[in-house]
Amino acid sequence: MLTLASNLGAARSQMAFTLGFHIILASLGVALPAMMLIANYLGLRRDDAHALELAQRWSKAVAVTFAVGAVTGTVLSFEFGLLWPAFTGRFGQVFGILFGIEGIFFFLEAIFIAIYIFGWKRLSPWTHFWTGVPVVIAGLGGAFSVVAVNSWMNQPQGYSPATGKVTSVEPLKVIFNPAVPYEVPHMILAAYLVTGFLVAGIYAVGMLRGRRDRIHRLGLLIPLTVACIATPIQFAVGDTAARAIAKDQPIKFAAMECVQQTHTDVTEYIYGRCTSSGVKGGLGIPGFDSFLVGWSTGTQVVGLDTVAPDDRPPANTMLHWAFDTMVGICTVLIGLGLWLAIGWWRKRDFPQTRWFLRATAVSGVLAVIALECGWIVTEVGRQPWIVYNVMRTSDAVTHANGIWVTFGLILALYLALGTALIVTLLAMSRRWRSAGEHDESVPYGPEPGPPPDLATESPG
Amino acid sequence: MSKADAVAVALWVGVTMYAIFAGADFGAGLWSLLSGAGESGRRPRELIDWAIGPVWEANHVWLIFVLVVLWTGFPSAFEAVFSTLFIPLSLAALGIVIRGAGFAFHHNARRARGRALAERLFGLASVLTPFFLGTVVGAVAGGRVPVGNAAGDSVTSWCNPLSLVIGALFTATGAYLSAVFLVSDARRAGAPDLERALVSAVVTGALAAVGLFALHRHARFVFDGLTSDGLPLVIVSALCGIGVLVLLQRRALRGTRVLAAGAVASVIWGWAIAQHPYLLPKTLTISAGAAPSATLTAVLVVFGVAVLLVLPALGLLFTLAQRSFVEETSGPSPTEGEA
Repeated sequence: MLTLASNLGAARSQMAFTLGFHIILASLGVALPAMMLIANYLGLRRDDAHALELAQRWSKAVAVTFAVGAVTGTVLSFEFGLLWPAFTGRFGQVFGILFGIEGIFFFLEAIFIAIYIFGWKRLSPWTHFWTGVPVVIAGLGGAFSVVAVNSWMNQPQGYSPATGKVTSVEPLKVIFNPAVPYEVPHMILAAYLVTGFLVAGIYAVGMLRGRRDRIHRLGLLIPLTVACIATPIQFAVGDTAARAIAKDQPIKFAAMECVQQTHTDVTEYIYGRCTSSGVKGGLGIPGFDSFLVGWSTGTQVVGLDTVAPDDRPPANTMLHWAFDTMVGICTVLIGLGLWLAIGWWRKRDFPQTRWFLRATAVSGVLAVIALECGWIVTEVGRQPWIVYNVMRTSDAVTHANGIWVTFGLILALYLALGTALIVTLLAMSRRWRSAGEHDESVPYGPEPGPPPDLATESPG
Repeated sequence: MSKADAVAVALWVGVTMYAIFAGADFGAGLWSLLSGAGESGRRPRELIDWAIGPVWEANHVWLIFVLVVLWTGFPSAFEAVFSTLFIPLSLAALGIVIRGAGFAFHHNARRARGRALAERLFGLASVLTPFFLGTVVGAVAGGRVPVGNAAGDSVTSWCNPLSLVIGALFTATGAYLSAVFLVSDARRAGAPDLERALVSAVVTGALAAVGLFALHRHARFVFDGLTSDGLPLVIVSALCGIGVLVLLQRRALRGTRVLAAGAVASVIWGWAIAQHPYLLPKTLTISAGAAPSATLTAVLVVFGVAVLLVLPALGLLFTLAQRSFVEETSGPSPTEGEA
């Protein structure tokens, strides 16, 4: 007989895994259409066939990743009921409307992806370009709606009474909750960063293998430029977010920074192991944590000791490492951006060394790691609450048995799904390189005609 | 009509769309499975793949719409259904994942190794989802889903005669819908197959009759509703179903799709009327399970905006798709197909 505690562990594992998987596809769904449109715009503006070719390839990659993202997104909407029925049963009426809005954006994105792919041959070039714009807008709108739900879980408001059955809701207060201004831009920028570095990284690998044609140069340069511009902005937004969290969710912040007791002049530790008596190991910078929170070493930072042990997030060392890794990777990626900028300033081109290509190739993986770390910080850092200071995750979980079974199935299924996605994208890129096959069909695109032998024969 | 009723209507629009489009899609998967493995089944399978393609795309949207409106408008019903019916809903979701993956990859997998195995998998997935969603509906109609977090029996709630019959009925309905859809598509490709449509029409009709009998025994409230207030729609459904059979016999295919979809839609709405005013008969009414007023208003606004934005966009896509048919000689000509 499974106990409720193991139910909670299984449900949290399954949710963490499925969300951690979906967040990568969602990021691509938000930002890849933008890269595609930039290439399309450059292609039309400069009459550049290579840029147009890139836009066409990326539109196919968009279709495939979007179709897989639709599947993993559907799983998540099931999990709201299968894993967290008591959470959705009580608060679905509060946050649900945001998913309704998201549904519109999702539908529009699907339709306009199809229109854009259909339109390559059936619309005038500029009309076709403009049919891609709603895809980008819908991606932003969808990201806003979904992340706003997460923000609401961090900063719940807009409903009453505070306890028991919800009888009154103020949708606007829910939608524009206090965590939206920093959490939403942080996630949208993350999507652009991840997509930019990932796509640029793929073309960097191609160039390292000797494919130094113009398509590869553009395929590297367009996404890398977008990502390198987004990175310093992301750093600033993330810094603002951290300060806001120190104020709005002080216990989450204390766990991220391993602050045990409330005091001033708090040391900022880079890595190190969190223990109840402070950080062991790691690189300490005296007073810097206080300085980061309030621009002065005299700033008081709330410690974990202000709440009961039951109300503190688990796995503080992992949280702390996730936070430091995210910030560290962002810093390194800013360095890559500077490298690109200096090269561009001196030679009007990106640095032509293998080391630059290697760094770009790695940057995509690093960006994904940073994305996952950020997600861990916000989700694990909110524990033990599913709705911050209102509802415990343990009170939200289903009383049904069998989650370890579904988690096992999901692991196997997603492994196959991820493999199939990568294999498919690789096969597409091989075909593009070898034959320049343009009429291959993709999801949301025009169906090929009926199989030729069917047009004349009658089966059965 | 109260605001809560209006939201229930919006929910039901989504359910109807999902039942028809996803039903046809899952049914096609079933036919694909039944057409056999290997070379002998290759041609019918390819035809099915080609014909059903355009139906796939919006299925996830309808489903997510239904889930979101349910948990936003009627959260306690959502909680009750998804916790008590954890097992069949997990299995339905499993089918959706596999079938959705099929949509994402089948375009690129035409030449891939392991295709036969994948096709089997998609076929099986196409049976899983409609069957287990049917058992869920049977559980709700039979009053076996009490309000609360997994308050009902995790097995007997859906593993009972009524649920199993409705599960079978759902599977057969999908097969019926896709068979009728396929007849018209197949004719456009020059290879109509009436047998499938006729067989599945008879099987579905028979299961519907058994279903009525099961409702009479295990879900008396819904049965009474179907045979009183819901009766006109049940009759409409039967007439539509007979109409499809007559048209198929006469090889007059124009209108068969609309009639088949009408047969399914009228039963779905007949059921809604039969179950009114309950979300979960006979423990939770629509008004008792409804979200606060402001939330209901917001849902209706979102629904309205969705209709205003999505319909023109869909129209544009449809126009473009038609245009591609005109220009590409490899595709079937629209003039041969039915409206």
